Amino acid sequence: MSNVNIKINNREYSVPAGVSILEAARLAGIEIPTLCYLKEINEIGACRVCVVEVKGARSLVAACVFPVSEGMEIITNSPKVIEARKTTLELILSTHKQECLSCVRSGNCELQKLSRDYGIADSHRFAGFTPKYEIDASASHMYRDNEKCVLCRRCVAVCSKNQAVGVIGANDRGIDTHIASPFERPLADTACVSCGQCITACPTGALSERDDTQRVFDAINDPKKHVIVQTAPAIRVGLGEEFGYPMGSVVTGKMVAALRRLGFDRVFDTNFSADLTIMEEANEFIDRYTKKENLPIITSCSPGWIKFCEYYYPEMIPHLSTCKSPMGMFGATAKTFYAEREGIDPKDIFSVAVMPCTAKKFEAERLDHTAVEGLADIDAVITTRELARMIKKEGILFNVLPDETFDAPFGLGSGAGTIFGATGGVMEAALRTAYEKLTGDSLTDENINFTDVRGTKGIKEATYEIAGNTVRVAVASGLANAKKLLDMVKSGEKSYDFIEIMACPGGCVNGGGQPIQPASVRNNVDIRAVRAAGLYEDDKHLPVRKSHENPDIKQVYDEFFCAPGSHKAHAILHTGYTARSKY
Amino acid sequence: MLRRFFAVRQRTEEMLMQKKISKIPFKGTPEQEARLKAVIAECQGDQSRLMHVMQQAQGIYGYLPYEVQVMIAEGMGVPLEKVYGVATFYAQFALSPKGKYNVSVCLGTACYVKGSQDVLDKICAGLGVEAGECSADGNFSVEECRCIGACGLAPVFTINGEVYGKVTADDVPGILAKYQNA
Repeated sequence: MSNVNIKINNREYSVPAGVSILEAARLAGIEIPTLCYLKEINEIGACRVCVVEVKGARSLVAACVFPVSEGMEIITNSPKVIEARKTTLELILSTHKQECLSCVRSGNCELQKLSRDYGIADSHRFAGFTPKYEIDASASHMYRDNEKCVLCRRCVAVCSKNQAVGVIGANDRGIDTHIASPFERPLADTACVSCGQCITACPTGALSERDDTQRVFDAINDPKKHVIVQTAPAIRVGLGEEFGYPMGSVVTGKMVAALRRLGFDRVFDTNFSADLTIMEEANEFIDRYTKKENLPIITSCSPGWIKFCEYYYPEMIPHLSTCKSPMGMFGATAKTFYAEREGIDPKDIFSVAVMPCTAKKFEAERLDHTAVEGLADIDAVITTRELARMIKKEGILFNVLPDETFDAPFGLGSGAGTIFGATGGVMEAALRTAYEKLTGDSLTDENINFTDVRGTKGIKEATYEIAGNTVRVAVASGLANAKKLLDMVKSGEKSYDFIEIMACPGGCVNGGGQPIQPASVRNNVDIRAVRAAGLYEDDKHLPVRKSHENPDIKQVYDEFFCAPGSHKAHAILHTGYTARSKY
Repeated sequence: MLRRFFAVRQRTEEMLMQKKISKIPFKGTPEQEARLKAVIAECQGDQSRLMHVMQQAQGIYGYLPYEVQVMIAEGMGVPLEKVYGVATFYAQFALSPKGKYNVSVCLGTACYVKGSQDVLDKICAGLGVEAGECSADGNFSVEECRCIGACGLAPVFTINGEVYGKVTADDVPGILAKYQNA
């Protein structure tokens, strides 16, 4: 691409033609503040926080959407610009419910940061009409407080563009404009898939996960309860960000230590049940593949994807793997096998799951997830953010904790389990096991990595020759990509044997329950890739890298489930799905 | 005068102007549905023609209730929220049906300063209908409108196009009675 010569704050620069002023300034080492802008997702120039002066322009222009051109002279810091940004912030604050002392996003709120950076001394300068809205807490995974909404529309954009769901949008106009669902229906009554991508896109505290931390504290403080906890693969590469570690740091040991100090009776690893999922799913795949039944088989680990399938692609339900998710399998195994083995009444077990995901809160409430009659498999789901909040509330100094290891009998996870947290990870884990089962050969360090299915590309395809069979696989992350892929499968344009779908772009590492990174970071770093790199690094160094070689897995089959796909495994580890109406 | 105008114009928190969603049951006919489907088919999935379809639908049904918006969303391949967002953004789209008699009260500047809010309140009270809604029996609907170009007659309202000018709140019951007893 050719370059153009421009001036920013009276200094000359040569930047690629066609980039926005915002990007050009960044190349020149100047950060222009933004509020509504999310790169490639929400580029609408609506909030006016990024205004700059352009010589010859009639008025200030929005840097996020204004392209540079030859000879352009830009001023990013004149008194006029600063004053305009301040006034804009003061106007936004005039309708903002300022609960900043205790707001869930306090300290991590983009509006708060801008107000501080611009020295807004009087946050009530424009006292005026403040629209009143009720908090929508109808959904099992989140709440919406429109009185904290700044109408940036980042949530609307991720919901419709990234996720092809579009159940939220701007209703009414002028000062009555507010983000809500059609016909003002509560979110629980819409075809929302609970992925929580809107929450991680929100610059303020308008959207937040449902906080279940108090229920967990209550259980821990109840002497009658045996409180166990499992942590999903993606937590270990996300949690560190809440405590100042560089993005992608693997903090497994400190996480386990922190959970023990919070008072959990046993600290287990969802990587174990990810391996269990692979045992069941690889078995199911080989079975369907040999019989040529219901192919392609589609993974069922991502509850956001499952809900999407039930709402938007009910005709694809027979293709879904019947395996419960790793969280679900863990919960079911804990209340059966573990309760029996430890001699604990399953009624006294309180099973907590730490997940990078808000849809898991919904999954835990699914009625068919009851391995023991009348008892939920999982009693509480908390997100990575909620776990961080608990650790901070208890005054545990995370950074100085020793590295500890998980408890038996669900403490060992293979490398295959750990990569479940990234797009393509479930596929690779399944291929490692299916390959060895089908060929009888052993994968070595040279050929264990199925790198074609790695990476953050929205749709990935690969073909493998396994024991004389051609296995065609595809991987999609982000529901808009899933939609594209499924439409191609439905139309017959593409045909596969095995598909992995994760609801969130990049997979669980970028889940709706993960630490929130502000737009200033998201626009410049690919969070998905950095966190996933942490998981692949973890995989590389684990002693066991294939699910079927995990000794804890062998034990649970020897002592309880007999074999993958056995009657008992089917009753406890598998589930079914129901079509849902969108309207 | 101007000061008083601004004083009364200042919005109170009760004065939210969100469009009201009708609670009246949908009574669409198969003929209406067929006409709407034909309009949608004509657009061949061109989502940029959404507003055109919505205008046609309002022409067919008189308003855009939930059932009609669902048909449009399905037919055009857009989320329902997209349709609803457009329907609540533009004043031309109605979420409530028009009654047998549609009362339209001007709240334009001239009428407003001459007290048309009082007239509107009296009409709503007299009919038991809120502005933007239709009575349960389908007889009366009330809507607010902006200037209808009859400022000399302010305050002014119309019933099915019949103009009533220079009215006071006290005149309202007598005028309504003519229609209520019709």
